[in-house]
Amino acid sequence: MRSLPEIQRQLLDPDRSWRVPLTPTGSACTLPPFLRVFEHWSIRLFRPLDAVSREQSILHKTLLAALLTLIAGCSTVEPPEWRTLHPESDFGHLILNVYGDLFWWTAGIFVVVELLLVYALLRFRSRRTDSEVPEQVHGFTALEIGWTLLPAAILFFIAIPTVRTIFQLQGPPPGGDPLEITVIGHQWWWEFQYPELGIVTANELHVPVGRTANLALSSADVIHSFWVPQLGGKRDLNPGSENRLWFTPTKTGVYHGQCAELCGTSHANMRMRVFVDDSATFAEWTTSMREPATPDSAGAMAFQMSGCAACHAIAGTPAQGKVGPNLTNVGRRTTLAASMIPNTPEKMADWLRAPDSVKPGALMPDLNLDEQRIRDLVQFLEGLR
Amino acid sequence: MIPRAATATSAHGSLYAGGIRSWLTTVDHKRIGVLYGISALSYFVVGGVEALIIRLQLASADGTLVGADTFNQLFTMHGTTMVFLVLMPLSAALFNYMIPLMIGARDVAFPRLNAFSFWTFLFGSILLNLSFFAGSPPNAGWFGYANLTSRQYNPGMGIDFWLLSVQIMGVASIASAINFTVTILNMRAPGMSLMRVPLFVWMALVVQVLMLLAFPPITVAFIFLLFDRFFGTHFYIPSAGGTPILWQHLFWIFGHPEVYILILPSFGVVSEVLPTFSRKPLFGAPFMIFSGILIGFLGFGVWSHHMFTTGLGAVADTAFSLATMLIAIPTGVKIFNWIATLWGGHIHFKTPLYFAVGMVGLFIIGGLSGIMHASPPVDIQQHDSYFVVAHLHYVFFGGTVFGLFAGIYYWWPKITGRMIGEGLGKLHFWLMVIGMNLTFFPMHFLGLDGMPRRIYTYAADLGWDRWNLIATVGAFVIAVSVLVFFINAARSLIAGEKATADPWDAATLEWTISSPPPEYNFAEVPQVNSARPYWLYKHGPTRDISRHTKAEGSQPQPENPSQRIDLPSPSGWPILAALGLSLVGGGALVGLWAVLIGVAILVFGVYRWAFQPLERPGHPSFGPASTGRR
Repeated sequence: MRSLPEIQRQLLDPDRSWRVPLTPTGSACTLPPFLRVFEHWSIRLFRPLDAVSREQSILHKTLLAALLTLIAGCSTVEPPEWRTLHPESDFGHLILNVYGDLFWWTAGIFVVVELLLVYALLRFRSRRTDSEVPEQVHGFTALEIGWTLLPAAILFFIAIPTVRTIFQLQGPPPGGDPLEITVIGHQWWWEFQYPELGIVTANELHVPVGRTANLALSSADVIHSFWVPQLGGKRDLNPGSENRLWFTPTKTGVYHGQCAELCGTSHANMRMRVFVDDSATFAEWTTSMREPATPDSAGAMAFQMSGCAACHAIAGTPAQGKVGPNLTNVGRRTTLAASMIPNTPEKMADWLRAPDSVKPGALMPDLNLDEQRIRDLVQFLEGLR
Repeated sequence: MIPRAATATSAHGSLYAGGIRSWLTTVDHKRIGVLYGISALSYFVVGGVEALIIRLQLASADGTLVGADTFNQLFTMHGTTMVFLVLMPLSAALFNYMIPLMIGARDVAFPRLNAFSFWTFLFGSILLNLSFFAGSPPNAGWFGYANLTSRQYNPGMGIDFWLLSVQIMGVASIASAINFTVTILNMRAPGMSLMRVPLFVWMALVVQVLMLLAFPPITVAFIFLLFDRFFGTHFYIPSAGGTPILWQHLFWIFGHPEVYILILPSFGVVSEVLPTFSRKPLFGAPFMIFSGILIGFLGFGVWSHHMFTTGLGAVADTAFSLATMLIAIPTGVKIFNWIATLWGGHIHFKTPLYFAVGMVGLFIIGGLSGIMHASPPVDIQQHDSYFVVAHLHYVFFGGTVFGLFAGIYYWWPKITGRMIGEGLGKLHFWLMVIGMNLTFFPMHFLGLDGMPRRIYTYAADLGWDRWNLIATVGAFVIAVSVLVFFINAARSLIAGEKATADPWDAATLEWTISSPPPEYNFAEVPQVNSARPYWLYKHGPTRDISRHTKAEGSQPQPENPSQRIDLPSPSGWPILAALGLSLVGGGALVGLWAVLIGVAILVFGVYRWAFQPLERPGHPSFGPASTGRR
């Protein structure tokens, strides 16, 4: 356990991130911004440590440790990232700015109003010495007008950044030359088309860092919603109409995304990964997608014979099905079944053997493939890279 | 110290006596209120068990307790049950029982229509739950977004059960809204001007108007859906030129006022309980009335804030965002006025006060997160995430459930004639506060961390399991608290201390009559000269610095009427008509013949009902002329 002053110094350090190392192993604890209020409060509470007695000091230390442990959930478990509060795109930061304003306003109102409530309860609890009936106050118009106008004034300060940001977020994408991407929602997977690059892929979206991605969103069946918490807010994919969403990723990495609108049985399994690549990696990826290696013809034949090609397309082969995910370079993907399972030969074999038991409700039929055929297909598909 | 009414305990123990037949044919608003209450509390257990299964499934990553389809059915039924089968009927229970008593009336305006409303609600709710036995509960969420509800994407009968039963319960709501609007406007005791109407009744009136205006759009939406599913139309089918977003508009034009239909009764209860237990009048009653009306009115202009991710465009988002923020103003006024009501009072810490204060304290949290959602940029991150689940449960659980429990504890002595345990009541309160915050506060964090709603599973590497586990523990603490309530209720009914007419030294008319009230409510028609008629009688105008200083209060009611009172006779036709109506709906799942049988029963029931005199030989009557008969 670190000493209390040390913790305090860290908490009071203006440059600190919200990761406060507390445990000897050095694993980090992330304090969610909701709890910043508690954090400041606890610092104030425990500041005059020198003035208190030893017993109290121990009590305080224990209390503070318990409090911080409790509220931050500190343990050796890897802490959550608080994804929407750690955006890695311009879009996400515009949102976070408004959230920051609102958080402090609402936190301030919360503290003041709850304190008033608690104070009234403690101060005016009935006592034995009370007269039978307190003074019968029916109201005070000036006061009531006052606390009608006060929220109105606060709302004014909330409304201004809100409206400005609405128009920023729904305006045209910033900068020139955005990367156009068409996103089509399917039960329960994502189709990504790059019309300018002639690439079609599924469930793993690749975008270059620093370049705005301009998404055209629609759906092939029911309503879905595109949400990658660290890259910005969500926007629905409506069948029969098109929505727009843009964001400029600011940091390379892999980001978790997920459908946010109930879309049927496997709504929970409609996940995606967004790879924000540096420009060299992205260029390499586009090249590989546009000029995939010629697959071995025996495997392609097995793919064709098994019925897979009725739904799936693979660039450079006769398979041109449009119903299921495009499998060009599927061997390069890190996950399968809309980011449900890792892309390993074993997991892919499980998937081919019984799609529905991997992903409830999956629309990919069980083709009753024999084990030899499954081995051939896995070898073929994993070789597409 | 506290003056008691002349009628201590009721001599009329007959209010709830009688066999099952007397309950099936009753048109007494008090008995119907009790029926609503028992049904709602039963469904509270059903919806609660559904919630516990949901929480168990989500307690850890990759949960395997239930499958994907079952999970979707559970949260759909949990939402639909809690909204339509618990919170609305529990409010209706208090409306039914208390409104006539609080305005000095002997019954509602249309007693048999009142019975029809209850039975229609009950049969509709049973139809909804029959879907479990038919093996296909609805699975598209309580909001049932099109086109996931179309035959193509939802071939089972679940959606049919859902739309038909909610449609049937909508008939009950509209009928009861008409009934209570007329009752409140026309049946107030002499001298009770609108500004003297108790706040609870005022909020009830706003709720009735909201129901009258909000249920027609959802009815239209359901009829479109019914036609799409049964007759092959394409209102919501995009591939045939329809638009699923039409459903969203129609649903939320109903759905947002519905939020106020659920919360305003609780505001009303709190506005009765806080003054009683701080022994002061409600602070700024006119402000409270008008802010309630304003909330209801603005509630119709904000529906698209549920649709900020739908893609309606920046101008629409701005308009609905600003309109939504405006609602914070009258809501803030209410909170401040409640605190000012406590301020300077002599607060008696009884269980109803605990729940009323809990409601204020917890609702503030839901209200403030609501302000966040009013801002579309913030909302598009929080929408359909667990942040919203946290928000809505602070509003509906922290707000509505706590408010209604305040009402239950407050009026329990009046309704049952017995006091309910204070110790267990407070234990119930503290367990519920702890459980509620353990369950729902961590959901804010989950939402901010990117966890979407309505997912039956999540991967372990996302780091969501810790807060989910805490939420699950909290849900079971809530379950224990509800168990404590039922134990307390049972103890009170079996061995509770007999309640006096006015155990809390309260101000309104219902406390001038015995507990439980006589069947005819008021032996003499009360004369009302103040917003706090009974308080004025007991404590006099001397310390009262209000504008009513010269008025006289309303006396406690005499034990027996001096004149003959005739009450509407019991009738079996409303329940038969309700059965027919429910068969019309439910029969659609079986075949045309079943619908036609339903139509026949409905027509027959309404026909006999229409030609049955309101009072006929053998109807209940009281007073001098009838003492020999009874």
